[in-house]
Amino acid sequence: MEELWKEFKKGLFLQNPVLILMVGLCSVLAVSTTVENAIGMTLGFSFVLITSELIVSAIRKLIPNHLRIPIFLVAIAGSTTVVDLVMKAYSPTLSKSLGIFIPLIVVNCIVLARVEAFAYKKSILVTLFDALGMSVGYGIAIIALAAVREILGSGTFLGYRVFPQGFKPAGIILLPPGAFIILGIYIAVLRGYIGRKS
Amino acid sequence: MSVTTLIKIFIAAMIVDNMVFIRYLGMCPYVGVTGDMDSATGMGFAVIFVTTLATVVTWIVYHYFMTGLEFLEILVFIFTIASLVQLVEIYLKKNVPALYKSLGIYLPLITTNCSILAITFINIDKSYNFVESLLFAFGASGGFAIALIILAGVRERLRFSNVPKFLKGYPIVFISIGLIAVAFLGFKGLIK
Repeated sequence: MEELWKEFKKGLFLQNPVLILMVGLCSVLAVSTTVENAIGMTLGFSFVLITSELIVSAIRKLIPNHLRIPIFLVAIAGSTTVVDLVMKAYSPTLSKSLGIFIPLIVVNCIVLARVEAFAYKKSILVTLFDALGMSVGYGIAIIALAAVREILGSGTFLGYRVFPQGFKPAGIILLPPGAFIILGIYIAVLRGYIGRKS
Repeated sequence: MSVTTLIKIFIAAMIVDNMVFIRYLGMCPYVGVTGDMDSATGMGFAVIFVTTLATVVTWIVYHYFMTGLEFLEILVFIFTIASLVQLVEIYLKKNVPALYKSLGIYLPLITTNCSILAITFINIDKSYNFVESLLFAFGASGGFAIALIILAGVRERLRFSNVPKFLKGYPIVFISIGLIAVAFLGFKGLIK
């Protein structure tokens, strides 16, 4: 139990995939204009990460070493296709606002890196906790970024107005420069915190 | 299809909708290889080369072999690009060793570069014809190369400047990207 909790916890802050390992940045920057989009992206991403890690971990003894990358790609691309089609069918507006970033989960570096470095070597139960931790870590980063951008950039949170009528939102926060600069500040804060703790 | 539309597609892909600064694509290699100018230019040329080639192949595959199988787009495209990169690597290693030496180490990284897959998706999405797709791919990957070279230059200067201690490393890189992106916003409205 202790070990499982450790695998889960490392993804949250100490090895946060976005803010510390610096992988999977495209979707984090692009869809964090509203909290709703960020939550949708987190759900889609988590599904792909968890299913592909579990599939690879379950069949890891059958995979010949020199064919492993194509087999990983089949598992990842298959679950990404499932997410893409389900989202298109049941939530067309969300699918439209996430746009190209749902199919692009397939080349998200986090998924391939976790599958190659973790799921290919470990048992299913440990892998499940690693995938959950990484998903939550990704969610923390993207939702924290989206919350700040939505509140300052359009004056709302999850669609509800936060500031009084007279508030003029800063439009540049919603544009690319805002995303890059706020992410830079987050990375500085988290690294500083971890550096001080250790 | 007139020449003006073609020029518009090219300029829009390269500058107005720049891959990195406006569309947020290909961030991982973008932050990863811009540490020095040589690797940035090497990666830039490798991306231009592979993207243009991948666009030609995926366009043909999509329009001639995938009628009725459009829902498999993600699976087919990622496999096409992965095997293409592998073939290019083998070919260059055997026949053009000089080019392989300068581009070779960047080729394996390119399979997981989301900008290439994204460009092929956008081409299908906007239903561009063959010439338009080719120009879009060339322009967009050229824009990616420009972005790489700009940031590599900025980072070489950053190495000798007095950065506050808590912003050293990646944070200042992201803030620089943000400031370059402000400049690229100025091109908005160049093409209607």
